[in-house]
Amino acid sequence: MSKNKNALIADSLPDKIFNVFITIITFLFTVACAYPLIYVLSASFSDPMDIFAGRVWLLPVNPNLKGYETIFAYKDIWVGYGNSVFYTVFGTLINVFMTVLAAYPLSRKDLKYQKPIIMMFTFTMLFNAGMIPNYLLIRDLGILNTRWALLLPGAISVYNMIIVRTFFRSNIPDELLESARLDGCSDFTFLLKIVLPLSGAVIAVISLYYAVGHWNQYFNAVLYLTDKKIYPLQVFLRNILLQTSINDVSAGSVANETERTYLNELLKYSLIVVASAPLLAIYPFIQKYFVKGVMVGAVKG
Amino acid sequence: MSTKKELTPRKKHGFLAEMGTNWQLYAMLILPIAYLLIFAYGPMLGVQIAFKDFKMGKGIWGSEWIGFDHFIRFFKSMQFPLVMKNTLILSFYNLLVSTPMALFLAVCVNYLTNQKYKKTVQMITYAPHFVSVIIMVAIMNQILATRTGVVNNMIAALGFERVEFLGNASYFRHLYVWSGVWQGAGWNSIIYISALAGIDPQVHEAAIVDGATKVRRIFSIDLPSILPTIVILMIMNVGNIMNVGMTKVFAMQNTLNKTYSEVIETYVYNVTFASGMPNYDYTTAIGLFNSVIGLALIVTVNAISRKLTESSLW
Repeated sequence: MSKNKNALIADSLPDKIFNVFITIITFLFTVACAYPLIYVLSASFSDPMDIFAGRVWLLPVNPNLKGYETIFAYKDIWVGYGNSVFYTVFGTLINVFMTVLAAYPLSRKDLKYQKPIIMMFTFTMLFNAGMIPNYLLIRDLGILNTRWALLLPGAISVYNMIIVRTFFRSNIPDELLESARLDGCSDFTFLLKIVLPLSGAVIAVISLYYAVGHWNQYFNAVLYLTDKKIYPLQVFLRNILLQTSINDVSAGSVANETERTYLNELLKYSLIVVASAPLLAIYPFIQKYFVKGVMVGAVKG
Repeated sequence: MSTKKELTPRKKHGFLAEMGTNWQLYAMLILPIAYLLIFAYGPMLGVQIAFKDFKMGKGIWGSEWIGFDHFIRFFKSMQFPLVMKNTLILSFYNLLVSTPMALFLAVCVNYLTNQKYKKTVQMITYAPHFVSVIIMVAIMNQILATRTGVVNNMIAALGFERVEFLGNASYFRHLYVWSGVWQGAGWNSIIYISALAGIDPQVHEAAIVDGATKVRRIFSIDLPSILPTIVILMIMNVGNIMNVGMTKVFAMQNTLNKTYSEVIETYVYNVTFASGMPNYDYTTAIGLFNSVIGLALIVTVNAISRKLTESSLW
């Protein structure tokens, strides 16, 4: 639609300058967004000596797979990968199940007590008890240092719930419910057989939101978990990339200290790539769903 | 879209009648409400230890009330001015930079005429949003490293002195805010781009006929039209002032930058879990102080905005 409004009249000189300006600005910003990612990718395939000497700018220099070989041999990363897949899959299933269960009844205009229930939900967006009471709750429930500690808290994001509710409200015609009712259809059956099949788009959107949240989440794991066996990937990454356990990864694969310093540097780049590759690889294909979610969410609930 | 026809009302309207007709809907809500009571409101009951002398053995309910002692202790502590200052500066700096940057990007993207280029710009600028906090901080540490980082290599190649981005604590705030722009400006622009696309094209056409330049149209049509969206998002951001992106600050925090990076929430974590004898009551009080200010802020800003612009969250 913006096409015809701009093509109506030939651009004036100020507009031509403006066009050049916005093209340059957007180009620079796009490059700034892409460059760090491209650089890390290139560095991860380069010779660590060349990274240190500052010879890597855009493309890999003396390409090799040394970093990846070392990482693939390091067991913890794969433990973390497996755990993150587990948390993402099961966490998202719980999220979607709970979110739909909340959103559907609250989307029904004939639900008498929906106002107070909605307020109960939205209040939690405005006020939160804080980290320590949450921690004490998890401890008192006896799920500290178990997988449940990452699956249950945050089972419903109120924001996503409102997105789904808005979608139900505007996309499920009342007539459908009326005629289903005439056929003796119960609310459960209606939700399962009619509403859900019509809501694939919004379910996809919130599943993606939740899944990305689980995959990238690290702080709750730092707070609630102490057992390495159930750490998600992000916690291993934090320990290796931001703390000091990089030596555990390179241990045994090099002879001397200097070589290790070089290898550690390379490892960091390779690790960043290994950890963010899955998301960024599927990102171009699912991007439009995310954007759709922002649009739906923009409609005030 | 759906027709706005009212549903046929279902007979009577007492509590029992409502439960009778809609019991299935309420049954669906049992699990979500149980979740809400346990995981959202449960901790709110735990908040009471902020006013108690919490003893593990006596539990949350059995411990003795001591009033505002923990709060007073926090206000009098040496750390209070520091963490308060860091929290506020970091938040306001972020607020003042991130929203305008997203808006600026959205306006620029909105006027791009080449659709293919426009799509590419959007696709690439949204991407950093999906990079995890840990990875983002790791990338930042790698490319900004003084001796080996590519940014400093560029600076050196241009003949300037290398900059100690990571070692010098005073860079912390800039790194925090501008890495947020890198990660979020594209993504946050989506909502403005869609608001801009919703403006009636006839208004623009009329302005073009009247000879308005694009810059003129931005200020006379685009920005006023999407003001409600901007206001709503601003309110939400102001409400989050006290919730600095805690997880990111925490990930960026190290011994070198602590004087700038210690915000209320990281302080709560560090004080609680760094010691062998955690004072849960004391740190709960600090967290509560944080939440209450946040709540007060969002309520105030919302009220002001409702008066001034007639757009508000509720």
